[in-house]
This record gives sequence, structure tokens and C-alpha cells, in this order.
Amino acid sequence: MALLSIQNLEVSFGLRDGPVKALQNINLELNRGDRVGIVGESGAGKSVLGFSILNLIAKPGFISNGKVLFEGEDLVHASQKRLRQIRGDRISMIFQDPMMTLNPVLTIGDQMVECLHAHKKISKKDAREVALQKLQLVQIPSPEKRLDQYPHELSGGMRQRIVIAIALIMDPDLIVADEPTTALDVTIQAEIMELLLNLCEQHNVALILVTHDLGVVAQVTERTVVMYAGRVIEQGPTDEIIKAPQHPYTQGLMNALPQNCLPGQLLNQIPGSMPNLQNIPQGCAFNPRCEFVKESCLKERPDLQSTATHDVACFKVHPERSELLSTGNGSDVKERA
Amino acid sequence: MKPVTQPLLEIKNLYQHFDLSGDFLDRLHFKNGRPALKEEKVHAINGVSFNVEKGESLCVVGESGCGKSTVARTVMGLLKPTQGEVRFAGERIDDLSVKDMRPYRKRMQMIFQNPYASLNPRMRIRETLEEPVRFHNPEWNEQQISDKVDEVMASVGIDPTWGVRYPHEFSGGQRQRISIARALAVDPEFIVADEPISALDVSIQAQVLNLMTEAQKARNLTYLFITHDLSVVEHFASRVVVMYLGTVCELATSKTLFQTPKHPYTRALLSAIPKLETKKPEFIRLTGEVPTPVNLPSGCVFHGRCPYANARCMEEIPKLTLQNDGSQVACHGIEEGRIPD
Repeated sequence: MALLSIQNLEVSFGLRDGPVKALQNINLELNRGDRVGIVGESGAGKSVLGFSILNLIAKPGFISNGKVLFEGEDLVHASQKRLRQIRGDRISMIFQDPMMTLNPVLTIGDQMVECLHAHKKISKKDAREVALQKLQLVQIPSPEKRLDQYPHELSGGMRQRIVIAIALIMDPDLIVADEPTTALDVTIQAEIMELLLNLCEQHNVALILVTHDLGVVAQVTERTVVMYAGRVIEQGPTDEIIKAPQHPYTQGLMNALPQNCLPGQLLNQIPGSMPNLQNIPQGCAFNPRCEFVKESCLKERPDLQSTATHDVACFKVHPERSELLSTGNGSDVKERA
Repeated sequence: MKPVTQPLLEIKNLYQHFDLSGDFLDRLHFKNGRPALKEEKVHAINGVSFNVEKGESLCVVGESGCGKSTVARTVMGLLKPTQGEVRFAGERIDDLSVKDMRPYRKRMQMIFQNPYASLNPRMRIRETLEEPVRFHNPEWNEQQISDKVDEVMASVGIDPTWGVRYPHEFSGGQRQRISIARALAVDPEFIVADEPISALDVSIQAQVLNLMTEAQKARNLTYLFITHDLSVVEHFASRVVVMYLGTVCELATSKTLFQTPKHPYTRALLSAIPKLETKKPEFIRLTGEVPTPVNLPSGCVFHGRCPYANARCMEEIPKLTLQNDGSQVACHGIEEGRIPD
């Protein structure tokens, strides 16, 4: 059985003008030790997906359809009590800003021990011992001193290490990390990412990494899911997606990176911006920004279809999906170095 | 003797310290049984000097807390330097009164990081854009002001008929375009951009950077571009200043810096950029944390994290020295030739 299986997930937000679907038709399967990256720009729904795994969507949002199965158990309809047992114990979450995640009026030790006490009967002394071990695991210098310090006494990178240590404290099977290094500097980001990668490999923990940074995804994950306007538009092995992206949006995203352009020349920009979810264009949501747009793209929405290497939702890659498309085939997708 | 072509902006031995001590009672404490006044300062910038030549894009990079934004603010006259000079087109501007500064404000403009915070939410876009034009060109009539606003809005790709809208009706990328339009509205020569694309998505970053490049070509602008994103620097900058803890550690043309980084900090910084390769990351690991600018380390500010530091680095502050390829590096190790290439 898969560790986590998301089936046909749909998340809506009840707004005054009626519900808006922030996520539609999401399917994702994870086994123990898998590392999956979820990439997209702001508004793509990647964080909502991360939150919905732990059923953490706040009102007015709600999971309107589909299932999130964790070892076969549906978390969408689980009771609050059951969810509390799972959160932090089997599945833990790392958020973007460590200063917001940590409680400023509790010491690091108190916050780490709190999670242990919530999940099992353990003496204060033992709990502190476990906390100390985890701090060593995330390579914090002089861990004993840190247990009695407050979050404001530590730097951003150090705080994020603490958050990772708390996430690991119950030896979870799955970590959901929502932009864990966005608030940090590049040198610190490189360290934190290496740490996260090593910990996941050593302890066989599955990782869902939500990020907008394709470079980070390339280095940490095995599989990548690219999202646009609440849907998955491309998914597959990370190296395939980085080397040979198929969807015009993924291609555009890769080409827009300054690394992929000659210095001094204009960057290859994608025109326009992500549509508002209340106002998603008919047909393919990407069609107003796509340079390969055809008549069929305006009328019908392409489904996720597999190619030799990965799954893509685009009529250009799957011309047979649209009878209206008379020319072009899957092989003319530009080769990317 | 003055050089033939004068740099547009000169920063000479700039220091910027912020006092943390507070008022008299906060400072009062007892030392060996006697009352004493303690002093605590943030040493944000410590002896920074560089020039910005006309028509170039000079990027200042560094991690958070290295003083790059403070440099930008001091250049714009938003902060008075503790010590040192800022010269614009040969004239000293850091000690001018608000009134004397006004003509320079028209010639130098600033773009801020967060377009959600830098636009007044209660002003329509057209009002926001008209304000600087009206202020700096008091002799213009309404028609001229309106024409100018139409022109800058069109030049940044914002439909002039959207002027009646409020900032919240625009996306992040559009708002940053409006901020750029506001900077361009008074026809400046020099623009200081403090992390203008950090709050934006990748595809929108490319749009805004392209817009800035095009504006530079069309209007012959000079940029001082503050950023922490090195991949952007390689693309955008003609020259790069690398800062660490309030000092310049390397100054080089963008090409030289990315091909042959010299300072150990620059090397570590470049190696930490996530690359689009699926192999495991190889980066130079820096030990330790960035020291606080309240208690600066003695000698080279980088010595605590530098793999090549020796006794001299802990005592003597290195000076920027010119290298064979024209770059300037402040490092004893480079000077002595004991750091391998």
C-alpha cells in the first residue's frame, strides 16, 4: 500500500460570489522514502495542496471532493482527535518562516518536548534527552545550550533547523515542507536543503517539498509535480522535467531563469500572469499566455496524459487528443539542453 | 587631477552606524561599583567605497544583514552617513538640506522591494504617478502632467486607462511595473533598485527585469541594483560589488566575478546557488553563523567562517587591492597568494 495516496482531490473556498475551486483533480501517490517536489507560482495552489494533506485548510476553504489516504486511512473525513494523533507524529510539517512557526515566549526545549508529551507518555527527563538527540541530528552547535534559549536568540538558519528537529521528533513517515528555505539566504539554504535530503535518505522518510524554486527541486527531489491555476499540468521524474520539460508553461518557467539566458540579453519572459481562480479562462488555463495556442486549447481543457517519460496536460504534446489540431506532433517539442 | 569621465556616483569611505543605546537611563549601568554609560552600536556599513559609472548597472550582492540596503538608502539621502561622502555627478549630496537635495531627487529615484507596501493603497494609480511629476515640475500644466503619466504608463506596459484603479486591483508584477513607472516619471538619470524582483514569481521576475533593461536602453539610465539573487546578478549587472557584514569584499565586472571568483566568501556564495542539475549539491560549506554587526569581529570580518583564515586575518583589516584582471579583492590570503585558484 502506498504511504500517501491523494485521489481526485478538490479544494474549494466559499466566497461571497460562490465557491472557488483552488485545487481540482489532484492525484498523487507517495511511497515510503519518496521525495516529491511541488512547483508553481503564487496562486497555483501548491501550498493549499500541502495544507490539505494534513487537513489544515482554514475556513472559508474546505476539501470539497476526493480522498487523502494515509496508509489507507482517509484523512478528509477523520475526526479532529484522530487528526491530532497523526499530525506531528506520522506526518509533520515545516513552514516557510521559522519565526512565525516557533512560539516566541517558550524556550526551544519546551516547544520540542511539548510535541513529545502530546503523543506519548514520557518522563520529562527522557523527553529532554530525545530533544537533545534531535538537535544533534540537525547539526546544531552546542545543543544543550539551545534547549534553554528562546527563538529570538537564534539566527534564521538556526531556527529553521530547530523547526526541522521538531518535525523529526516523533520519527514521522512523511514530512510536508512548505517553502522551507524561501526566507533564508542562499548559503544557509544550501545547508538546510542538504540536511533535509540526508535526513530523509537516512531515515527513509518521505518528503513533499512545496517550492517555487526549480533549482531546489532539481537537487532534492526524485519526482516533480508542476501546478498551474489549481491543476497539475506536468508531472514526472525530476531530471526529465528539468532536462526536457514538455508543457509550454514548464518550458517557459525554465527558460525564464537567468541561468538559461545569455548575460546582457533580454530574458525569455512568459507574457501575462497567473489567472485569478475566480476567472479561469475556458479551455486550457494557460492559453492566454501560451505561444503555441490553437483553437482547441480555447475550447477544451487538456487532461493529464502520459508520454514516454512523464505526464503532461497539453494538446501540443498530445495532438491526437484534439481532432481540431491538424498539424504538429509530440516530437516537435523543442529540445532543451 | 580629475579623471576625464567623471563617475555618476561616488561613495567614499562610507560609515553608517546606528545607535542602540537608547536614552540616558537605558545607557546607565554600574561597572566596578561606579556608574558608567554604555554604548551599543550597529555597525551597518564600515568603510565602503565604490563608484557607479554613467550608463552601467552596478549590482550590490550579499546576504541579509550585510548592509546592502543601508548603502542604497544612504545613497538616496534617506539616511545621513555617520562618516564619509556620497557624491553625485561630482557634487557632494550627503550633507545637503532637504531643500537643497530637491533638484537631485529629480535626477535619482528609487524602486523598493515590496510593491504591496510601496504604493499608497488609498491613492488611485494615476494620482500616485502624477504626484512626483507635479512636485518636480511645478511649471507644468495639467495637460502636460497627464501626457507624461500616459507616456510612462504605456512604457511599462500598463494601459493608461487603468489609472483610475487602486493598487489592490493589480497583480504583484503589475504593481512593480507601476513602481518603476513612478520612478521613471520624473526622467531620472540614476535609479536605485532595492531588491525589485525578490517579491515576484519567476515568470514575472523575467518580465520586470526585461522592462528595466529596456528602460535603461531607451532612457540611458544608470542602475544601482541591490539583490541577494546571484543568478539575476550574472544576467543583469555590468559590475558587481560583493558585501559582507558592512564591508566590500570583492568588486569586479560581472564576467570576471562569475568566471574567477577570488574572495573565499564570493566563492562560497556562488557555489550555493541551486543549479539546475539533478546531482547532489556540491557547495563550499561555511562554518558558523554570520556575526552580528553589533560586535564586529576584529580584523577581516569574514575570518570566523573562512577556511583559509590565519593569525593575520584575525588582527588586520584587509584593504581592497587591485588584481591583475582588474577586479578588486579585500583578502589577505589572496594578497599573499596562499589561496589556491
